[in-house]
Amino acid sequence: MAIVECEGLSKTYQQGKVTVRALSDVNLSVAAGGFVALAGPSGSGKTTLLNLIGGLDRADAGHITVDGRDYNRLTSSDMAELRLRRIGFVFQAYNLIPVLSAVENVEYVMLLQGVAAAERRRRARRILDDVGLADKYDRRPAELSGGQQQRVAVARAIVSDPSIVLADEPTANLDSKTGEGLLQLMLQMNQVHQVTFIFSTHDRMVMDYARRIILIRDGCVAEDRDKAA
Amino acid sequence: MMDFQMAWRNIWRNPRRTTVILIAVIMGVWSMIFLGALMRGIVAGMVKNGISTLTGHVQIQQRLYPDDPSVVHRIRDPQAVMKILPRVLPPGSRWTFRVRVNAVAANARHSNGVTLVGIDPESEARVSFIGRSITSGNYLKAGDNNDILMGRALAEEFGTHLGQKLILMSQDTQGQIASRAFRISGIFRAEMESTEKHFVFILRGAAQQMLKMDGAVSEVSVVLPHHEQARQVAATLQARLAGKDLTARPWQKALPLLTAYLDLYDNFVLIWFVVVFIAMGFGIVNTTLMAVFERMREFGLLKALGMRPRRIVKGILIEALLLLLCGMAAGNLLGWLSCWGLSFKGIDLSALAQGAEYAGMARVIFPSLWPRDILSANAVVLGLGLLVSLYPAIKAARFTPVEAMMHY
Repeated sequence: MAIVECEGLSKTYQQGKVTVRALSDVNLSVAAGGFVALAGPSGSGKTTLLNLIGGLDRADAGHITVDGRDYNRLTSSDMAELRLRRIGFVFQAYNLIPVLSAVENVEYVMLLQGVAAAERRRRARRILDDVGLADKYDRRPAELSGGQQQRVAVARAIVSDPSIVLADEPTANLDSKTGEGLLQLMLQMNQVHQVTFIFSTHDRMVMDYARRIILIRDGCVAEDRDKAA
Repeated sequence: MMDFQMAWRNIWRNPRRTTVILIAVIMGVWSMIFLGALMRGIVAGMVKNGISTLTGHVQIQQRLYPDDPSVVHRIRDPQAVMKILPRVLPPGSRWTFRVRVNAVAANARHSNGVTLVGIDPESEARVSFIGRSITSGNYLKAGDNNDILMGRALAEEFGTHLGQKLILMSQDTQGQIASRAFRISGIFRAEMESTEKHFVFILRGAAQQMLKMDGAVSEVSVVLPHHEQARQVAATLQARLAGKDLTARPWQKALPLLTAYLDLYDNFVLIWFVVVFIAMGFGIVNTTLMAVFERMREFGLLKALGMRPRRIVKGILIEALLLLLCGMAAGNLLGWLSCWGLSFKGIDLSALAQGAEYAGMARVIFPSLWPRDILSANAVVLGLGLLVSLYPAIKAARFTPVEAMMHY
């Protein structure tokens, strides 16, 4: 069953007086439980596509359906609700809240969801244990290494059991060993929790781990390769 | 709780900036409270001066006396008024009967226009400043029919002193010039030099005899336990005095210039609050905007995580609230400490005495803290502070996640 479906997706940006066509008539479908890499050179449109799938931005044309929800029918408020409950994000720059500790960063999403304090704390600790940060609950992001911060970001993304996690170049700021550890962690989460992962990347290692690679070039799907097929 | 925790940590992310804005809020609140208290102190001094300088809270006079304060317009039957007063006035009120006319005071070398005041020493001492203002010589007592009290400034101007003679001249009730010599038995000092130059005091009986007033008086001056009662008591007295050709005026009518000053000061306090707030408000907006732009990526992240715009607004407003509350607490404390520090000796304006006197101000100003002013200052800072913080908060909430996360 497809968890993400994109049909005729187009997006342009205005950069000064120049109109940049970021995506042009993109069609793709991602099955639930997938571990998919959107690959391509810088500026190819993979981050734009990830943003559109995540509901962080609106397409100029076309349809996106995530977890059965057609974005064209959703208000901004509905989109926020969808992001809060069904989609997890992992960013290249980790994007943790610097004034919150590791456990509080993970808890924060659940706070927005209205989960009770004790339950929040229990689930946040459990997921941090799962990502190997059992002894780092109270560390602020500045006190964690890049790899540890990205683990916290992964924990935050999956703590509320989303249908899909979107990761924008998650290994770009990590050394290869740390990056591989993170990929193994995400693969484990994918297998254990049945969470769909979609990455934008140009990291060869991520593509090695991905079960499906969609190559984006000049805003179009240039190649779609499913390793299982 | 976590929102407050996060807001508290956020405001201390940049301690220097937070300290600067805190100082702005503290100075704003302090200046509103302290300078407001000083203004209230000035006004309280002016009112106290005005009332104790022979005005009282309520004056009863012949109907035409306020426009033409001559001996012609006198209260011919003070006994009738005397009977009414104890029944009408609130407990704790004090009153005195006076003769008060324009006169000329002269000695061998000088002459000057003065106000001759004929007093009952005992009751006058409970009503006006004169009973506690004698700096040399003695206050009047019954039987001192030849004695006169004059102000220090007038005595200096006349080059005279205790024991010397002073001639008073005025028009009597029959339209003739009445004149009599008195011996200076006391020199008084008043808050204002003009009071020292303007008033001379003799016994009421001596004044009535000199001016052939046949037991009449010029006015009755009443001091009430609280000066807010003046208007109501004056109205009641006026009703009871109907048909007697007399008028009862509250001090607000007897001292129109002072009343106008009071209104002016009320408005001035409000304008002062607004001016201080505008200066402070720009600081708050500017600092909050800087903080918002600095954290734009973070707001983008929060929106990406599913945070609603109104929650972002709420978060920024909580930060503003905490900042304002800290600044207000310190500002209030500083304001109170400043007022307390000055409550012992006040601010001595003697060096500016003439300029200050022109406005009827006391020589020494004591700050007067009014709960209403403290509440207003805090309400202005808190209410408008949150209001101006709304602008950066809404600005932060309006960015789309992508726009915000691309922000550097």
